[in-house]
Amino acid sequence: MMSEETVKQIPVIALRGVWAGYGNNLILEDINFTVREGDFIGLIGPNGGGKTTLIRVILGLIEPRRGEVRVLGKTPQVGRRHIGYIPQLQDTDYDFPASVWDVVRMGRLGKETLLKRFTARDNAIVEEKLRWLGMLDLKKQAMGELSGGQRQRVYIARALATEPKILLLDEPTASVDVEASTNLYELLASLNEHVTILLISHDMNVVSKYVKTIGCLNRRLVYHAEKRITPEMLAEGYGCPVDLIAHGVPHRVLAGHDQDEVKHD
Amino acid sequence: MIDSLTTLFSYDFMRSAMVAGILVSVACGVIGTLVVLNRIVFLSGGIAHAAYGGVGLAYYLGVDPVIGAVVFSLAAALGMGVVQRKTRQRADTLIGVMWAVGMALGIIFINLSPGYKADLMSYLFGSILAVSRLDLWVMLAVAALVVLLVGLFYKDFLAISFDEIFARVRNLPVDALYLMMVAMIGLTVVVAMRVVGLIMIIALLTIPPAIANLFLKGMWKIMLMATGLSVLFTVTGLLLSYYFNLTSGAMIILVAAMAYLIALLVRVFCQKCCE
Repeated sequence: MMSEETVKQIPVIALRGVWAGYGNNLILEDINFTVREGDFIGLIGPNGGGKTTLIRVILGLIEPRRGEVRVLGKTPQVGRRHIGYIPQLQDTDYDFPASVWDVVRMGRLGKETLLKRFTARDNAIVEEKLRWLGMLDLKKQAMGELSGGQRQRVYIARALATEPKILLLDEPTASVDVEASTNLYELLASLNEHVTILLISHDMNVVSKYVKTIGCLNRRLVYHAEKRITPEMLAEGYGCPVDLIAHGVPHRVLAGHDQDEVKHD
Repeated sequence: MIDSLTTLFSYDFMRSAMVAGILVSVACGVIGTLVVLNRIVFLSGGIAHAAYGGVGLAYYLGVDPVIGAVVFSLAAALGMGVVQRKTRQRADTLIGVMWAVGMALGIIFINLSPGYKADLMSYLFGSILAVSRLDLWVMLAVAALVVLLVGLFYKDFLAISFDEIFARVRNLPVDALYLMMVAMIGLTVVVAMRVVGLIMIIALLTIPPAIANLFLKGMWKIMLMATGLSVLFTVTGLLLSYYFNLTSGAMIILVAAMAYLIALLVRVFCQKCCE
């Protein structure tokens, strides 16, 4: 009982005083950030604000200059096996010879599967995830033949096939149409019942509707574990970019939040 | 024609050449597919040319050039592989430098070696009709090793070729697999050197998988078809070079390039038809 409670107290992701960058160029400055079990956090920030760097630090792909990163209380290199990583859709090699099935099965790979064949259990998990995402009929399709939204579902299936405790999404709405991104957030909301979710995007509009809490990332991170972006938050540190304010998006966030409050009352 | 073919195959050197062509095609078909999918054609060209340094050194020391080529080729493969992975910017510049330095070393070593060295051109342009018993055994060993290793780590090679970052997050030994891959490129280069020569190896590595990938969407299928195409090109090129008394390596490459052109046209034509 006692131990279970201690386990619960270990943050899913914890960054303490993290500075990171490449060469002489520091991109992340003094990041302090805690993700707890069950969170659904959206971090927004401009391009060049350190979104990709933050993801790489959390995944243990680059070492921070200073500070400490922990994933489930362990180093990122150990803890990342529990992270289902969903990369940004990029220009793919349309001729790459991998089918949907091949790609989702990559979620079952690991150090311990070297020199071993995929098991019946691996295949069952892959099939289940593809069915859940409505992609089972397309399992033999080559990746290059899919639309952006379909490819994203394959990446989600691949991340889920790792049986993750955390889902980490990089720019999930980039190169996906509005309908696909709405569906995506509904999927994520239902996944969030079992899995902690952290997503990072420059598109605050869609993010704000579904996530539980929001933060701003622009070299520094402003995160108070609330679903509210106040002008103070934007102003704090480097804050968020001016164009977000200029387009009035923060008002929409605030409005959405107010409506929620009315319902709760 | 059939008569002359029978006569042709009664020659020992012709049978050896055919066996060599098949063995090298297996190695090239499998490794070439990984080269194309990982977009490391330039790196492979660098390894091939740097191997000439080993040929020169072996000549200078009076040992079999294949031994020198293996040593240089593996060293170049691992060196360039590490550069490609660890340098954040402009890995291609460094690889280009290593490429040229390898060739320069080869030329200088050969300058320094006394005696007759006419057949050195055969390492640059290939000379499949002159393969020795030792060459054939080395080819067999390399082809077997490549098939074995790629077979054992097939799913892992597919994963790192498709999305290396994801493979890393899954804690696959990405760097070790990558170095294993470039080392296999190094070995393949040494055996392909006898067939088409160091200068033209890039084409034998890339054209067959590139054609196969136009029509197939599965990595092992591409490897299989690339091997078959490579055998076809090698044998056709060899026969043409014999009948017209031309350099075999160059004929093999021209046959392959012609097939690639036709395949591209077929694909464009097919797509137009389908639409």
